[in-house]
Amino acid sequence: MREGSVLEMHGIYKSFPGVKALQNVDFRLCAGEIHALMGENGAGKSTLIKVLTGVYQKDAGEIRIEGKGTVQIRSPQEAQRAGISTVYQEISLCPNLSVAENIFLGRGEEKLLSWRKMNQQAGKLLDSLGIRVKPTQQLASCSIAVQQMVAIARAVDMDCRVLILDEPTSSLDESEVAKLFQLMRDLKKRGVGIIFVTHFLDQVYDVCDKITVLRDGKLVGEYAIENLPRVELVSKMLGKELDDMADIKNDIPVFNEEKAAPVYEVKNLSSTEGIEPFDFYIRRGEVNGFTGLLGSGRSESVRAIFGADKVTGGEVRMDGKSVKITKPIEAMKNGIGYLAEDRKRDGIIGDLSVRENIILALQVKTGFFKPFSKAQQIKFADEYIKLLDVKTASVNTPIKSLSGGNQQKVILGRWLLTHPKYLILDEPTRGIDVGTKVDIQKLVLKLASEGMSVTFISSETDEMLRTCSRLIVMRDRKQVGELTGDQLTQNTIMNTIAGGEKE
Amino acid sequence: MKAGRIFLAAAAAVICCAALTACGQTGGNGGSGGKKGLIKVGVINNDPNESGYRTANVNDLQNTFTEANGFDAQFKYSLKNDEQIDFAQKFIQDEVDYLLLSAAGTAGWDGVLQDAKKAGVKVILFDRTVDASDDLYEASVVSDMAKEGETAVEWLKGQNLDKYEIIHIQGVMGSDAQIGRSGALDQAAKDLGWTIVSQQTAEWNAEKAQQIVQSAIDAGKSFNVIYAENDDMAKGAVAALDKANISHGVGKDVIVMGFDCNKWALKELLDKNWNYDGQCNPFQASYIREIITKLENGETVSPKKIIMEEKGFDAATITQADVDQYGIGQG
Amino acid sequence: MTTKSARGKGESFLSGLLRHQIVIPIAALLLLAIFNLIVDPSFFRITFGYNSAGNPVLKGYPITIIDYGTELAILAIGMTLVTAASGGQDISVGAAIAIAGSVILRILCGTGESTDGLQAPIIVAVLVACVVAMIFGAFNGALVAFFKIQPMVATLILFTAGRSIAAWINHNELPVTSDAGFKAFGNFLPGIPIPAPCFFAVGCFIVTWALLKFTNLGLYVQSVGINEKTSRLNGLNPEFIKLVTYVLLGLCVAVSGFIKVARLGTINYSVIAKDIEMDAILAVALGGNALGGGKFNMPASILGAYVIQFLTTTLYKFDVQSDALSAYKAIVVIVLVVLSAPTVREKLSTLVKKLRNTNQTVPSA
Repeated sequence: MREGSVLEMHGIYKSFPGVKALQNVDFRLCAGEIHALMGENGAGKSTLIKVLTGVYQKDAGEIRIEGKGTVQIRSPQEAQRAGISTVYQEISLCPNLSVAENIFLGRGEEKLLSWRKMNQQAGKLLDSLGIRVKPTQQLASCSIAVQQMVAIARAVDMDCRVLILDEPTSSLDESEVAKLFQLMRDLKKRGVGIIFVTHFLDQVYDVCDKITVLRDGKLVGEYAIENLPRVELVSKMLGKELDDMADIKNDIPVFNEEKAAPVYEVKNLSSTEGIEPFDFYIRRGEVNGFTGLLGSGRSESVRAIFGADKVTGGEVRMDGKSVKITKPIEAMKNGIGYLAEDRKRDGIIGDLSVRENIILALQVKTGFFKPFSKAQQIKFADEYIKLLDVKTASVNTPIKSLSGGNQQKVILGRWLLTHPKYLILDEPTRGIDVGTKVDIQKLVLKLASEGMSVTFISSETDEMLRTCSRLIVMRDRKQVGELTGDQLTQNTIMNTIAGGEKE
Repeated sequence: MKAGRIFLAAAAAVICCAALTACGQTGGNGGSGGKKGLIKVGVINNDPNESGYRTANVNDLQNTFTEANGFDAQFKYSLKNDEQIDFAQKFIQDEVDYLLLSAAGTAGWDGVLQDAKKAGVKVILFDRTVDASDDLYEASVVSDMAKEGETAVEWLKGQNLDKYEIIHIQGVMGSDAQIGRSGALDQAAKDLGWTIVSQQTAEWNAEKAQQIVQSAIDAGKSFNVIYAENDDMAKGAVAALDKANISHGVGKDVIVMGFDCNKWALKELLDKNWNYDGQCNPFQASYIREIITKLENGETVSPKKIIMEEKGFDAATITQADVDQYGIGQG
Repeated sequence: MTTKSARGKGESFLSGLLRHQIVIPIAALLLLAIFNLIVDPSFFRITFGYNSAGNPVLKGYPITIIDYGTELAILAIGMTLVTAASGGQDISVGAAIAIAGSVILRILCGTGESTDGLQAPIIVAVLVACVVAMIFGAFNGALVAFFKIQPMVATLILFTAGRSIAAWINHNELPVTSDAGFKAFGNFLPGIPIPAPCFFAVGCFIVTWALLKFTNLGLYVQSVGINEKTSRLNGLNPEFIKLVTYVLLGLCVAVSGFIKVARLGTINYSVIAKDIEMDAILAVALGGNALGGGKFNMPASILGAYVIQFLTTTLYKFDVQSDALSAYKAIVVIVLVVLSAPTVREKLSTLVKKLRNTNQTVPSA
């Protein structure tokens, strides 16, 4: 084992039926280092992590840990005992227990006998890490950011040498990300080695020291951050040259129909989710977006448009005609589609196959007594699997066994299949690799040029800047501004959110 | 919204409980405190739907202990012994004058009977007896189940068959009726070397009886007697025989025996489809009323145990008059 | 209705087969059949004969099993749908059958003396029973779907009150009818040697198959059972779908009730269809369906019902002591359900794979 290393993985192989997930992958983590693990969906990042944490058994290869030599990790407990801790994208703590209970949950060796002692120790730990939350607070009532930091605190308390953070920033806003990074830097000083798995390029360049790139299950290389400019990183991940920084909007003609009535128009729309009644309209072929901080009401607004939440007021007109939209089925019958933000809760039907998930919305729209034949379903499914490049073993695989990004593509395919007049996309590229992100943005613009109206919500403002021609800014559950044309810059957005206007 | 939901659900539950009480316990006209001059009676019996016998028994009691006849009566039903014990406790608390009891099971009544004695409540058993010393109750008007069994077995002996291969279908295990009727047959089989081809409980249930006999038929077992401990089970057994085209009745291949003497069962005897039916007299109410009258007049009751007069009916000798007189329930 | 698992290379036909849900009840069936054959080689013998009424009939153990298993199989259909959509079970089906049977006899026998003739056409009685049973089904369904009460708790109400309601319908009397035409439906139709209930069963299977093939019922029920929120966002109405499943179960109850009273021409409220709800739930579980709702396989449930009937008949055949009957049944069911657990099936599947691999020659390095 080399000097300074805290973890070394050599020649790791792992296969599943039909898929070679990892082939001869090496990985090295040094003490006091923040090391990014990057690659597209299906590159093998999660598989490598799961092998390291004992969820999967490797088929071949060696894992060495500082102070322990070569280790066999056959279960998550063994990984923990070897000093490897993980904080997953989906918080795997118990929401109904308190913060302190979660920190000390299931750590067999020490049996804490008194609640007071446990809360005290938890409090000390949280303070030392700068996490401001009471040990007795119920975890579910904390924000996602805090929940993640609690998960990290738990890992730290178990004296981990290797801390793996798997997509920790997906649900965090900017200030929370900054706090997380501060915590990571503190841990770095303590000598902990951190593996940071993420899609966010900016964040990688903000906080990491090294980058390891995987592609198609193979190792592309390990690089020091100062030696690898962004464009090169992306091209290594994709294996091809890419000008993703280009302004793609110019390539695609814009649909123009100024005179006609808006495809969708609403006045005084309100719902039980606490947004202020608002007006909204969208024209044919227009792409607009909702932006604002986390919790500003973007998702709630579009959910009200779709009838996903209980609508309490509002007059809707589509193509000039007055219609009633208070339930999803009414929205669908009027040609609206909605890709929800929370894919697991509102998007996939886990045990059903990819095929059934894709045809679901169209099927409901078509009617109870007109089921599609199996052949027809397969045809529909294949069409969108191809279009969106979904990686799945077959159309009949249960969707829950696909990776997160591929699940997202399937759900997107579901709504595209319904050929809506107006498509609402809430975080459609979350969890999707860089290359496909751009493909989806291009797809959105193409659909718009053919006459589809699209609402695009994303926490990556540059994504929205690249696709939208109009941005609605929200703050604290109400609309505070609308930006078009020259106003579409990061700075203007920031200012509008922050509240430059006089109220 | 949540409170509203809970309220509506509770309302639904209450409505159903009301339906339950309305349907499950007919009768029950007890005013609290006992009306002036009326004798307060608490009656604990088995589920009225248990069998035709029970239905007749229940109706008989309800028709006898009416206000017009000078009684303030309350009725409680259960097939479960411990529930009956609870009802008894409640009646004692309600200070009834007389407690009438047909116990689901013979065991476990000592405690309650003691309490009754202390409270001055007079206990009269009917239909079935209990395992308790007889100074704990005033009188019992019961069927001698063992005697019912013996009468039946005697009759069977008298048939003088070449061989005896018997399918024995039992009632709910542990009930007085089952113990008595099974006991007699088991004893005779042992003494006389009869073959018991199959011995299973159908729990007074015609469907189960049918399946039991069906199984014996399918297994190709040879039998010539069906001893069913009540009419319903005999009916189920006969259904299986008919399916398999096995002849039964007077002068036929299989002898069919039942108990309870439901009208429809006695009709089967008359039609010579069945061979024997043992009477289990449900009409104990008039006897009990006599006893109460005697006790009210300060007389002692002797003998304490009144055995109901019961006989068995032979298909060869039964008449229409018998059917009309002794058959219980509807035709 | 069935799901094919994704089979990659390296999986043999056998281990792929083991992933199919319907393997479980088939395996159970084979086990019971083999066991019975060993003990009594003539077990499967079917003979042709005549019953007392002069009708031609088929007799034998297999006929008995298919005949008596009818009510359970029909109930299993409804119970599967209810379980899949609402993630819970309806324990009131026994009481509901008592009500349905009581309604039928009430209409056929009228009030007062039982006569040999029927007071009304049989079809009328059956239709009324269907309506009544579906209303009670809707009652249960409403409690579960709209009041969000857990199914087992919601159906406890009818479980408790149902038999009393059944008795009350006939004024606590036990109506009896000996009308041959009516009883034919529970026994044998003149001239047809196959027991009449079997035809009802087949009829129900065909209707169910058509329903699942020509409508989206299967897809909707599974979606709602797996993820209600997503289903709603795709335009479905989960409450309505759950209600529909309970009403369909009510229809199954009515048919079962009709067959039950037609067998003997009478009813005993406390005892008719006693404990059938447990058997129905077991049939669904034995079919490999998750009792927590979601995906379902209808043929597997139906097969599970017949397996349970097979078990009952086997136990009667071996003259198992009455008191011990339930215990034996419980043991066998536990063993079957454990063997059907996904973890066990996975292990068996891997075992088969391993055995296959050790038989293959290893290529030289």
